[in-house]
Amino acid sequence: MVDHVRVSGLKVTAPGDDDRPVTIVHDVSFSIPKGEVLALIGESGSGKTTIALALMGYARGGCRIAEGSIEVAGTDVLALNAAQLGAYRGATVAYVAQSAAASFNPSRTIMDQVTEPATIHGLLSRADAEAKAVELFRALALPDPDTIGRRYPHQVSGGQLQRLMAAMALITDPALVILDEPTTALDVTTQIEALRVFKKVVAERGATAVYVSHDLAVVAQMADRIVVLRHGEVRETGLTDQVLHAPQDAYTQTLMAAARPQVRTAAAAEATAAPTPLLEVRGVTASYGRVPVLQDVSLSIARGSTLGVIGESGSGKSTLARVVAGLLPPSAGTVLLDGAALPPALARRSREQLRRVQIVFQNADTALNPAHSVERILGRPLELYHGLKGEARERRVAELLDLIRLPAALASRRAGELSGGQKQRINLARALAAEPDLILCDEVTSALDTVVAAAILDLMAELRRGLGVSFMFISHDISTVRAICDEIVVLYAGRKVQAGGREAFSAPPFHPYTDLLVGSVPEMRRGWLEETAVREARKAAPTVAPGLCGFLDRCPVRIQGVCDRLPPPRVRLAGSEVLCHRSEEDLSTRPSLGQRTSRPSPAPST
Amino acid sequence: MTDTAAPAAPAARPSPVRRAAGFWASLPLSGRVGLALVVFWVAAAIVGPFLAPYEVGAIVAPDVFEGSSAAHLLGSDYLGRDVLSRVLSGARYTVGLALAAAVLASTIGTALALTAAVSGRWVDEALSRLMDAMISIPSKVLALVMVAAFGSSIPLLLLIAAATYVPGAYRIGRSLAVNLNEMDYVQAARARGEGRFYLARVEVLPNMINPMLADFGLRFVFVVLLLSGLSFLGLGVQPPNADLGSLVRENTSGLGDGALAVLMPALSIATLTIGVNLLIDALPGRARRVQGEP
Repeated sequence: MVDHVRVSGLKVTAPGDDDRPVTIVHDVSFSIPKGEVLALIGESGSGKTTIALALMGYARGGCRIAEGSIEVAGTDVLALNAAQLGAYRGATVAYVAQSAAASFNPSRTIMDQVTEPATIHGLLSRADAEAKAVELFRALALPDPDTIGRRYPHQVSGGQLQRLMAAMALITDPALVILDEPTTALDVTTQIEALRVFKKVVAERGATAVYVSHDLAVVAQMADRIVVLRHGEVRETGLTDQVLHAPQDAYTQTLMAAARPQVRTAAAAEATAAPTPLLEVRGVTASYGRVPVLQDVSLSIARGSTLGVIGESGSGKSTLARVVAGLLPPSAGTVLLDGAALPPALARRSREQLRRVQIVFQNADTALNPAHSVERILGRPLELYHGLKGEARERRVAELLDLIRLPAALASRRAGELSGGQKQRINLARALAAEPDLILCDEVTSALDTVVAAAILDLMAELRRGLGVSFMFISHDISTVRAICDEIVVLYAGRKVQAGGREAFSAPPFHPYTDLLVGSVPEMRRGWLEETAVREARKAAPTVAPGLCGFLDRCPVRIQGVCDRLPPPRVRLAGSEVLCHRSEEDLSTRPSLGQRTSRPSPAPST
Repeated sequence: MTDTAAPAAPAARPSPVRRAAGFWASLPLSGRVGLALVVFWVAAAIVGPFLAPYEVGAIVAPDVFEGSSAAHLLGSDYLGRDVLSRVLSGARYTVGLALAAAVLASTIGTALALTAAVSGRWVDEALSRLMDAMISIPSKVLALVMVAAFGSSIPLLLLIAAATYVPGAYRIGRSLAVNLNEMDYVQAARARGEGRFYLARVEVLPNMINPMLADFGLRFVFVVLLLSGLSFLGLGVQPPNADLGSLVRENTSGLGDGALAVLMPALSIATLTIGVNLLIDALPGRARRVQGEP
């Protein structure tokens, strides 16, 4: 079969220091037969997006396609002039970006923007384009396909916007579709729906696609072939099954190992049945203005143990950390440290109380002051809490850098000069500098590549063993939480819907929402997406009726006349407690997943 | 701004001369041009009057609007006074007054903006409404009233010019500071238990200093224009003294002949304002270049 897309000897350069070009993509070659999906995977900086953009004949600011040839459906892309490129892009090759929210123009209707590629190239009349758009909306399982085009981008959810962007890309029936991390910014429960429709639409239309991702499990669902990239070089190319289950290259093996969360709990952590837990949160309710974000949440963390808090975006998990840290005084409830109530407001807490609870923010890019050096960032808590000055302070900073495995020479660098992984380590080290009893980690690994994230998790496990620090680990990723936490709390719409030990989360009974979360995490094998039963695409807005179950609208096992009338009771089950009307028996059968019964099994070890 | 907690350099601190040379070397060409112009005008403002060949108010030339000659390098003005002497003494007023007023306006504006950002809602509201009230007063009319009430004097002009431009600097500073105040690193410092003053000075200020400097360059030009405007109405620096703005104004009748008496003060204002802005524009670029080095 003749290759539909052929890339050979591609080399892309970027301007380096002293204006000498630096090669960022080295001699990359691959080809895609018609109708196949090729995945480009690698960590950030591996050149995967650069290659994807090169397929459109585009190089980012300052970059240049220096060598090689790119042929898409018989067109020699690099020989096109500016006008021909204009005609080529959008019509022959289409691009779906990572952040649909940033790619739509907020002041124009969705229909205007979705039909634009077809009308701008004169491929379809406006009326035909609209008819085709509606057809695509239907194929992409969007709600109200006939009228959704009249809305503006802010009136639909993030997952829907991502699918609308796919509609925009497919409206010209392009010879090649490039999907650049299209689901990375979505919650797992939303991601699975987006993946399903992407896969269906690509298969139905026989489209040829390039799928760019760092997530192996997602790629396993989507791709026929995989190209593994590192530092702009191809490390391995092969069919999906071969790369996933019998990787040849050492780097691919590392990547596979890092993608599988290993259990990293401290050795039993000697919870020693201390009478009072280190931290106790009792019936906390908090709100921003009038919008309630947390409702009656209680939990406790024993000394030296790790509590995982999971939930999707908007579930109130970050707010919980802010309440504990004192950044947001709760409207009801108390936070107790070692059995003594902490004042709700920051200004009333003593320096010692502040020292004992440290918060690590999600995004290390914004959590470190770009104007400050590492020495200053780490030195400030030492000075503030421990009164260290001069040489003693310098020595301690060097010790901290050593603890987080960074060279001492980094101390004089500014935050902006560090890589993402280095920043996150410094972010963690700043909390450690205070020598706290409890560290609140807000999504500390979600912005990092798998290999780097695995290193951070290892580091945290080591710190727990070495220093006996307790962690509250906030995440949307249930597999990570299951791997590192002793106890887990699931939040939905500001309420605790399930709480229990780690073991309770490896097998039912689950709360229906936990069940949805667990079932939505892609597994690293082909066919998982097809096996997982289709869920109703319901509107994701949590129910606001006071007292009633927040999950009501999305719940597949709700009981008419009970769930929509009475507040759910808190029931004790084996190993955990849930907020649900259903009995333990009902919840044990995982009804929401229908026929699927297989447990997430650890993939064969490498 | 003193950087007390700067990283302790392993080697001894370089001498001021060395550091000045390093600073010069780090500037792009436009920044060097700007720095040279600014240094030139500051020097002219300090030592100029001592170098002036003639008394400022003395009528020394035989003819008005003379061209350049050995006795009068920049010719003579509309009364036959020496233009070089008048430009040198005018520079003192413009540089001294305008620079002082712009520094005062930007410093007060920034300080109030930081106060508003890190304090509670009430302080913020009160300050912002006060500034809105100040913006609503036409600056020229205020100046007229003040000069009419108290008589024109240098301190009063300084005060008027500064008061006129504080609200603008405050508005820009506040919008920057309020955004920075929501950044995670400020939240982290707050959760650490830092005081408001520390938050404003150490966490917020360094990240807004570059836009504020650019704003300062703009304010400086505005102040020069305001003072020149006041002089035009006869309310600014009083004759026989004159700032650069009034030199342009009093010699406008020579404009048709292209007299040096009107061109030189105009050129002086232009080089001074362009110099200040070139220098300031080069500063953020400098920060970026230093960051880019390994």
